[in-house]
Amino acid sequence: MKLKIGDLEKLRDKVKRTAEVREGKYRAKITVHMGTCGIAAGARDVMAALMDDIERKKIKDVIITTSGCAGLCSREPMVTVEVVGKPPVKYVDLTAEKIKKIVNSHIEKGVIVKECALAIGSERTH
Amino acid sequence: MKQYRTHLLVCAGTGCVACNSYEIKKTLEAEITKRKLQDEIAVIATGCNGFCERGPIVVVQPEGIFYQRLKTEDIPHLVEEHLLKGRPVKKLMYVPPKEELPIPKMMDIGFFRHQLLIVLRNRGRIDPENIEEYIAFDGYQALEKALTKMTPEQIIDVVKESGLRGRGGAGFPTGLKWERCRKAPGDVKYLICNGDEGDPGAFMDRSVLEADPHAVLEGMAIGAKAIGAQKGYIYVRSEYPLALKRVKIAIEQAEEYGLLGKNILGTGFDFSVEVARGAGAFVSGEETSLIAAIEGRIGIPRQRPPYPAQKGLWKKPTNINNVETWANVPQIIFKGAKWYSEIGTKTSKGTKIFSLVGKINNTGLVEVPMGISLKDIIYEIGGGIPKNKKFKAVQTGGPSGGCIPNQHLNLPIDYESLTEVGSMMGSGGMIVMDEDTCMVDVAKYFMNFLRDESCGKCLSCREGTHRMWEILDKITGGRGIMEDLATLEELAMAVKDASMCGLGQTAANPILSALKYFPGEFVSHIKDKKCPAKVCKPLIKYTVIPERCTGCMACLKVCAYKAIEGKRKEVHKIIQEKCTKCGSCLQVCKFEAVLVE
Repeated sequence: MKLKIGDLEKLRDKVKRTAEVREGKYRAKITVHMGTCGIAAGARDVMAALMDDIERKKIKDVIITTSGCAGLCSREPMVTVEVVGKPPVKYVDLTAEKIKKIVNSHIEKGVIVKECALAIGSERTH
Repeated sequence: MKQYRTHLLVCAGTGCVACNSYEIKKTLEAEITKRKLQDEIAVIATGCNGFCERGPIVVVQPEGIFYQRLKTEDIPHLVEEHLLKGRPVKKLMYVPPKEELPIPKMMDIGFFRHQLLIVLRNRGRIDPENIEEYIAFDGYQALEKALTKMTPEQIIDVVKESGLRGRGGAGFPTGLKWERCRKAPGDVKYLICNGDEGDPGAFMDRSVLEADPHAVLEGMAIGAKAIGAQKGYIYVRSEYPLALKRVKIAIEQAEEYGLLGKNILGTGFDFSVEVARGAGAFVSGEETSLIAAIEGRIGIPRQRPPYPAQKGLWKKPTNINNVETWANVPQIIFKGAKWYSEIGTKTSKGTKIFSLVGKINNTGLVEVPMGISLKDIIYEIGGGIPKNKKFKAVQTGGPSGGCIPNQHLNLPIDYESLTEVGSMMGSGGMIVMDEDTCMVDVAKYFMNFLRDESCGKCLSCREGTHRMWEILDKITGGRGIMEDLATLEELAMAVKDASMCGLGQTAANPILSALKYFPGEFVSHIKDKKCPAKVCKPLIKYTVIPERCTGCMACLKVCAYKAIEGKRKEVHKIIQEKCTKCGSCLQVCKFEAVLVE
């Protein structure tokens, strides 16, 4: 593949996500809670569906990460969505279907999916 | 390219590879597959992170968690805890000397926080064997700009305005060098990248070639357009197999993508690069000597002028720059001269890479803005001197440089300031010495290196370095006389004045700077027959302090020369005639009963 003028930029944009993940730069961060309780309740399916969706939609400025149990084991699988500059939102009782809805609405349009949301904001840390 | 949520960046610089990092990578991949995370997590081998002291290193992105000194048995736990369950593993993180709490994030660690990366911007971040990763971080954008939007004169002007100077050590303005070669008559011109890094303890060029070979290639292609060259050579020593391998892969990939070779980016511009392997002589770093080596002749310097810009490789105009200089070029073209010239001091712009070695906590490779003080490098980045020892001096510029003592620690580093205090920038070696280092012994070490590496063409250098070494050997052997110091100085000046190339002209620096800053140490060796740092074996003596010796027989057992006698629970004695002064007894004694004086 011999590149021509202008091709470099296209190629760069294609692999841009690589750069963003490595630099820790993002517009929004989705944390999937992966405690033992979360995994037992199906958090890994939620993760798989989420990654599949992000890739299919070619969303490049959202990073996905994991964290431990959030303490509310009965409502797992849970994810926290943080759009930069906005308070984080915790979603509960998720499924593969529901997470796609969240990507569609919250990530792409900025509208919180109320029926899945537990609360806005995080616990205080000390 | 597939999207992954997490990237594991495994350091695969020479240092980490030596600490088994490829094994770590393999184990990570196996564990990740076992946990069925292979579609979520990517494992990438990168170039050197610079924190070689702490290898093998793995950085987890996007969180920026820094894991260090990993062992294969740590990996299953790491994968389960951090990658599956999202709980970073504290016990594998870095804990600074004299502190207790680990620092999770790479950028919070002092060693990284105080650095400024231009040349090494892609270190530990991209896979150097994959050109698309270089392109992901704006790679080859500068080349496109230079080929499509700039004339050769404009490129040279930008490089001139940026204030970039040769990173090989002499600090000649790069733009000016390019201009001279451009203006030299002739259609055929060559470029050379000098990767013959020979200073003991220096590995800057090696690391750049291993971590980001495309930056060097891109810089050369831009230089080729500016100068009007069609062919370039990268001279790498054979002792750098990993650098050679990665440079070759990079050239192949760049040719495949149409970024080197014929008709680059479809603009009609041709430039190809070839690797020349060096056999690794220190003097081959000198430009005319390096040119001779590429031509297949013995690497011996010749008289200048004519300079390579007029008559270089195959007698054609040739522009030769150091690895680090070339790697600066793409960033300067991409971001502009003004951006670059805002970093650094009045006379020295941009950053400089130093290899920080010797008696220092954080051994490794650091890139810092010009004008930073030695103190900041040694204490803020380097983490200070181990074992609570006192700082004594730092040797910059390798065998061509000199030592810089405590009183100049606040010196802002640039080409001029280092020369002023009797040392030089050199290619960037920085050897830190503590109170246990004998300055006479260090001077002798460098002189031994130089007399070995002198090509022998000039009598002053061939004989001078040897005679200076002889005198230093005499002094460290306790056979010195006061007149030797004057002879040394006289010889030093003669070698400096009468030698043709840089090797001889700078050969006396280690001696002259040691004489200037530590005259007392020379005098103690000569007059008192004592080595204050207790290094020079003929001048020290090991004895047992009877009041402290418990007669435990530990030293007796460890002595390979049976030079210690005594019975259990009786005071031991060291037989001086048999003692080789190896220091084994001192190391094993738990009661501090062995005295060195």
